[in-house]
Amino acid sequence: MKIREIATLLGADVLCGESQLDEEVQSACGSDMMSDVLAFVKDQGVLVTGLVNPQVIRTAMMMDMHCVVFVRSKRPTPEMLELAKEHHIAVLASCSRMYEACGKLYASGLGNEACANG
Amino acid sequence: MAEALRFHYEVDGDNFTSAGAASVEVKRKLRQLGFDAELIRRVSIAMYEGEINMVVHARGGSADVYVDKDCVTIILADRGPGIPDIDLAMQEGYSTAPDNIRALGFGAGMGLPNMKRYTDEMKIETVLKQGTTVTMKVYINHTKQTEKGTSEEGK
Repeated sequence: MKIREIATLLGADVLCGESQLDEEVQSACGSDMMSDVLAFVKDQGVLVTGLVNPQVIRTAMMMDMHCVVFVRSKRPTPEMLELAKEHHIAVLASCSRMYEACGKLYASGLGNEACANG
Repeated sequence: MAEALRFHYEVDGDNFTSAGAASVEVKRKLRQLGFDAELIRRVSIAMYEGEINMVVHARGGSADVYVDKDCVTIILADRGPGIPDIDLAMQEGYSTAPDNIRALGFGAGMGLPNMKRYTDEMKIETVLKQGTTVTMKVYINHTKQTEKGTSEEGK
């Protein structure tokens, strides 16, 4: 699925990374606990979260993710967007809740198959 | 590589916002050195968790990373309170982090277990009220651990 399709499905605003909207991502994970993302995620291109602080972007960087989606109408700070731009991470913001956002993405084919044994 | 490359960083213990900056820098340097993505990810995640730990529990410290032909060694040293019970601290889910840290997405009791999961060797030396030094090694061209970080180790 292209990042552009994620934005459309979730009615999300693209806050940065417009040039990356045609990048393909194969899977996603949803979590507000960054330690769990660091523990259990592998090769997932998208992080869906309602947590807002710079460590969300750093966690995505550590995991080589391409896109962070903020749910529940959460908005990242300018500092976070700068960090994301610097490391080529697209940032989207949606008013969907976590459960709804993950459900829509999963139902549309963005699975979690890359999460080996997970 | 004739001799080890060394990178040194001071980790600011008063600033959660900047925690992880050294790990990001190490990741960038390892990329420049041409290491494969999986090794880079393992080193940077382990160091990132360690950096977060130093900020949360020990008011910062120092991070040294050595790159030689066989392995990447990460040494994180702090002068914090020390770890009273290492076995307990290594249990997934055990944490002494305060609620404000949990609200920031950490403190789930996964830090030390994650550091062990992503590295080939990990040694913790700790003295109460004096500090803790964590030494981690990730072997280069070594594949035994590549799936280690991908699951709950068979649980």
